[in-house]
Amino acid sequence: MAERILSGSEVVLQALADQGVEVVFGYPGGAVLPLYDEIFKQNRIRHVLVRHEQAAVHAAEGYARSTGKVGVVLVTSGPGATNAVTGLTDALMDSIPVVCLTGQVPTHLIGNDAFQEADTTGITRPCTKHNYLVKNPDRLARTMHEAFHVASSGRPGPVVIDLPKDILVGKAPYLEPAQVQHRTYNPVVKGERSQIEEAMEMLASAKKPILYCGGGVINSGMQACKLLTEFTRMTGAPITLTLMGLGAYPASDKQYLGMLGMHGTYEANMSMHDCDVMVAIGARFDDRVTGNLDFFAPNSQKIQVDIDQSSINKNVPVDIGIVGDVGHVLEDMIKIWKAKQYKIEANALDSWWKEIEGWRSKHCLSYKQPTDVIKPQHVIRRVHALTRDRKTYITTDVGQHQMWAAQHFGFEHPYEWMTSGGLGTMGYGMPAALGVQVAHPDATVVCFTGDASIMMNIQECATMTQYRLPIKTVILNNRYMGMVRQWQQLLHGSRYSESYSETLPDFVKLSEAFGFTGMTCNNPADLDDAIKKMLEIDGPVILDVAVDDKENCYPMIPSGKPHNEMLLGQETNGDEAIDSDEGMVLV
Amino acid sequence: MKETEISKHTISVLVDNESGVLARVIGLFSGRGYNIESLTVAEVDADAHQSRITVVTSGTPMVIEQIKAQLSRLVPVHKVSDLTLAGPSVERELALVKVIATGEKRVESLRIADIFKARAVDATNNSFVYEIIGSPEKIDAFIKLMEPLGLSEISRTGVAAISRGTLTM
Repeated sequence: MAERILSGSEVVLQALADQGVEVVFGYPGGAVLPLYDEIFKQNRIRHVLVRHEQAAVHAAEGYARSTGKVGVVLVTSGPGATNAVTGLTDALMDSIPVVCLTGQVPTHLIGNDAFQEADTTGITRPCTKHNYLVKNPDRLARTMHEAFHVASSGRPGPVVIDLPKDILVGKAPYLEPAQVQHRTYNPVVKGERSQIEEAMEMLASAKKPILYCGGGVINSGMQACKLLTEFTRMTGAPITLTLMGLGAYPASDKQYLGMLGMHGTYEANMSMHDCDVMVAIGARFDDRVTGNLDFFAPNSQKIQVDIDQSSINKNVPVDIGIVGDVGHVLEDMIKIWKAKQYKIEANALDSWWKEIEGWRSKHCLSYKQPTDVIKPQHVIRRVHALTRDRKTYITTDVGQHQMWAAQHFGFEHPYEWMTSGGLGTMGYGMPAALGVQVAHPDATVVCFTGDASIMMNIQECATMTQYRLPIKTVILNNRYMGMVRQWQQLLHGSRYSESYSETLPDFVKLSEAFGFTGMTCNNPADLDDAIKKMLEIDGPVILDVAVDDKENCYPMIPSGKPHNEMLLGQETNGDEAIDSDEGMVLV
Repeated sequence: MKETEISKHTISVLVDNESGVLARVIGLFSGRGYNIESLTVAEVDADAHQSRITVVTSGTPMVIEQIKAQLSRLVPVHKVSDLTLAGPSVERELALVKVIATGEKRVESLRIADIFKARAVDATNNSFVYEIIGSPEKIDAFIKLMEPLGLSEISRTGVAAISRGTLTM
């Protein structure tokens, strides 16, 4: 086949088009001017101009998580690349497929401390799944296609391609995606059959089973989520989801125990603690989930399914570790379960469910909504209730509001919940919402944020206005970095060091300055009307809700404590100071 | 149940010989807090552009399993083999050892070198550079004996290792 010789920039754009890319989130600069010139000349790929490179990556993450496709970022060299680092780390921690193109100074200047030069591949090596510096034009097309393969297959993650300016300007041959063979990277998708058989036998013998599922199910795709639902119903076992897994199983289902972990439900954590067979599917035993490892599910046999071998036996040793794609393994699990006519013993399962109902009856997420001040949980519940008849996507920032959203907004479907789980990046919410709204122009996109988090990427208000993205940003405003304040109250003798939000802007005026609607609400009686009005406005809205500034996020497993030592909080016991030196050193 | 015993493992890693690959491997070890006791790398297949990295590390069984899993998921890594678990293997290291001495000490160093089958590859009136090849333990023993005899500088290559018999990577 005759090679097509194009300019480097044309090769990049052609590769993006052939990879099915519809939109790129980016910010121009000197080193990527040839690419921006190429973008100007074509109309296949849309470019969304963010106002900070970190936001470009979060927007791409929002796009990726709400569609299941790869998110694409384009930034310049030096500060463009270094600003993207937080977003890349976020995508790595949460396994989000992102391809980030960074400009670089021309190859002959690399290493000379040129203007806007940074060692991008060096800096991003630990915060990407893989990265490339293209020094040879012959490798450009191959690298582009390989990057999409690496980002989206196996355990997904961010991939950086560093593009020196002379490579973009010079000539380069183009190869179609089909012409590119991947040398080393071909992850296992099919799980080992004998292990799956063994696992099903173990589960069938359980008296107190639990399914503990995470973001890996969602990353595996819609079909995997359907299979998870089918499998869960077949077995009759209780299921709990991680923060990253919310939506993989319908929250309204009676077998669902809610989220587990530090701010998970009492019933989910108690069930984890007391179970005898645990099936972890696409979940990585994160420290937010396990609490104190020495007391984690002490009497259980554990089965783990993960596409990433290194997630198995990392924090918690398991009895059966199955390496494979969740969707494929679930398919085999269902087949085997049916073929062998397995059934968890009915009496045992009954008494297990009775025990669980006892924990459920604590109603650990309950709160009382008084008439004088709005409870933050109530805002989440009301937004949930009032958006039920719409296709709604939720993004959050990081902190108390994030945990309340996870606890109180019932997610019925995958791809509808975008949050920064692993890295815990304040400033994630609004840019992620940009990406979601770009991907789903007709859907309702709500960003729950806090008064501190929103300030971390507030410049993206301009992007919302420019592209008329009708994102509804709801600030749970308690005038504090709430989660910091909560930990200071519980662990540091209520010494609120630097956690008060002094001199917050007037969010109504701020919204108006950016060209859209700002609203406030501080009376519980007005809350529903405010939410309805916000949803009806055809354009971006910031709704600044003044909430109870003393409210803490419960239930809570204090750092260093096991699952069965949860604090249930104000409704039951009031705020208890945590007396634990061990907990103090943990995060 | 917790296996806390720390053991030493020699791990061979077959990688694409491309820029940054060594930094990836080293960065993985430092970033995740694993030990490197010795590390060697060189191209072993020029046509396929493949290099072999031999790394000697130590850790609990869970940590060693993690190291191998983490290495395996690096994109330019073709194969990871734990020679310590795979069966008997040969480990060799080369060291250049400079001894500065005169008189009886100088002669004594020559005698010991002879016993260890070390070769003098450089000589002046008051110094030798010995080349010694062997297991790391043999080299350790040689160096220890040279200490009182004017040992002044050491350069070691680190371990190269391969499975015995017909077993290959």
